[in-house]
Amino acid sequence: MKLIFEKSVSGRMGVTLPKPGVPKSDLNIPEEYLREDLNLPELSEIDVVRHYTSLSLKNFGVDSGFYPLGSCTMKYNPKINESIASFPGFRNSHPYQPEGGSQGALQLMYKLSNYLCEITGMDAFTLQPAAGAHGELTGLMMAKAYLKKKGEERKNILIPDSAHGTNPASSVGCGFDTIKIETNRKGTVDLEALAAAADENTAVLMITNPNTLGIFEKDIVNISKIVHSHGGLVYLDGANMNAMLGIVKPRDMGVDMMHLNLHKTFSTPHGGGGPGGGPVGVREFLKDFLPAPIIEKKKDKYILNYDVTNSIGRVKPFYGNFGVMVKAFTYIRMLGSQGLKDVAENAVLNANYLMRKLKEDYLLPYDVVCKHEFVISGENQKKDGVSTMDIAKRLLDYGFHPPTIYFPLIVKEAMMIEPTETESKQTLDEFADAMHKIAEEAKTNPDIVKSAPHITPTRRLDGVLAARKPIVKYKPSDSDV
Amino acid sequence: MNPKDCKYTKEHEWIKVEGSVATIGITNFAQEQLGDIVSVEFPKVGKEFSIGESLALIDSMKTTSDVYAPISGEILEINSELESRPELLNEDPYGEGWILKLNIKNPNELEDLMNAEEYEAHVEKEAEGA
Repeated sequence: MKLIFEKSVSGRMGVTLPKPGVPKSDLNIPEEYLREDLNLPELSEIDVVRHYTSLSLKNFGVDSGFYPLGSCTMKYNPKINESIASFPGFRNSHPYQPEGGSQGALQLMYKLSNYLCEITGMDAFTLQPAAGAHGELTGLMMAKAYLKKKGEERKNILIPDSAHGTNPASSVGCGFDTIKIETNRKGTVDLEALAAAADENTAVLMITNPNTLGIFEKDIVNISKIVHSHGGLVYLDGANMNAMLGIVKPRDMGVDMMHLNLHKTFSTPHGGGGPGGGPVGVREFLKDFLPAPIIEKKKDKYILNYDVTNSIGRVKPFYGNFGVMVKAFTYIRMLGSQGLKDVAENAVLNANYLMRKLKEDYLLPYDVVCKHEFVISGENQKKDGVSTMDIAKRLLDYGFHPPTIYFPLIVKEAMMIEPTETESKQTLDEFADAMHKIAEEAKTNPDIVKSAPHITPTRRLDGVLAARKPIVKYKPSDSDV
Repeated sequence: MNPKDCKYTKEHEWIKVEGSVATIGITNFAQEQLGDIVSVEFPKVGKEFSIGESLALIDSMKTTSDVYAPISGEILEINSELESRPELLNEDPYGEGWILKLNIKNPNELEDLMNAEEYEAHVEKEAEGA
């Protein structure tokens, strides 16, 4: 399809502005900032509407089909979340409104924080961070401030190789050094490796539980004990909380601080549909380091408390992404405590059902009961020359969004699949059938897999060329000028 | 196929010594594992590194990976050709895909590195273990 620039017709307009009713004033913009070469497209309103409508019809989202992207809980976002977030009182509120005029919004944030405390066992939450990695950075900044106050200069963050990829990035971003902890053959943290790495330089262990293999770290209590015995803190990457809602509280695992992803576990839009929300929860002894302001209740009034003694300061303008909080609040209220537990149970059941079905054709490197997601490998198919990338592209022809591929790095030809709780047995069976057919094709007609996709609007895109020589700005060809 | 005149590390770097200068790159096994390489982040010429420190960063379609210093030394030269043609790392890892040159600080460190035969045994063992 044509780019919007290529649809431009010289002189065509979407809007006609009236003649100005005030005298023209000279803006005095310096010459060097003025540009003649912007080459903005000239289109009518209907041209623009049709252009973007036809683009939007090419989208594939969880509203259009099964979307089993692991490591990221791309779950269905119930439409009632949108209705509630559109209430004029929420939608039209302004962050500069005085406390007295924002009591409803503050009450919602206060209650949401309390719900998150109840779900995780933490003592306090900040709702400011805008996403998971932002939450990680916030947590690590607090850990750093806490250790500094204690007069300790600990430099090391321990990170299992089955953790989320953002964990090492956040650690380095916060000025720490990282130490990788190997996974054992059961797909969990190797306790001996952890004990060998933990010492008086250990600041924090960042652990993802269930880990990126979808396996619950059943030794988590001992893992935390090892870290605590050396005076380190335990940080939980709570991105996989979907497997544990109402089943186990991170506090009982020995966790000192953690983040949640409202856009994963609590059904707010994700990725391009964001923005996100990455609240950070802490135990009592870290509460005083939270980003200010924190929301408190004084008698029957909700207030913003800026007087947080050791606060690391704001991590986001205003109070975080408020609309996201309304949606997460709605989700929790709609389900209630039993409903949240059902979410975790169904997410785990769906993942195990699908894992058993796919095991018939695909290598399952860690063959244990999984939690909300699992990792299979395309290594059986690789013998016939079909890669995991080919399988992912072929899935598009069958109408499914491919799973996460080539992650986690500790599994070759990895496919990381998270069906989530909302998918029916029928949908799971359809997906398993497609995967079975692809496995058959890999044996009998590998070329059809290797040259996939065949029925999508574009055939296989050259991702390598796009990464090596990206064109990020429209350049008119000679004929357009 | 790993050149006999190079030495190797467990992290899949090769090093070729000519006088006091060491040329460093990644092995064929490393480039196969990384897949299509899209960019390399180089250190500044003149910067000094100790053995085991991260010298450079390689970005591939699958992952980002460090190149560790097989020995200590000062950066003499980088292969700036890789900036516009990172694919050389995939196509010719032991030739045109060399990454940088180091001034050898401590020749003793070279003794701990593997020869081609030892390295091939290491790769085989790693492939089995995974």
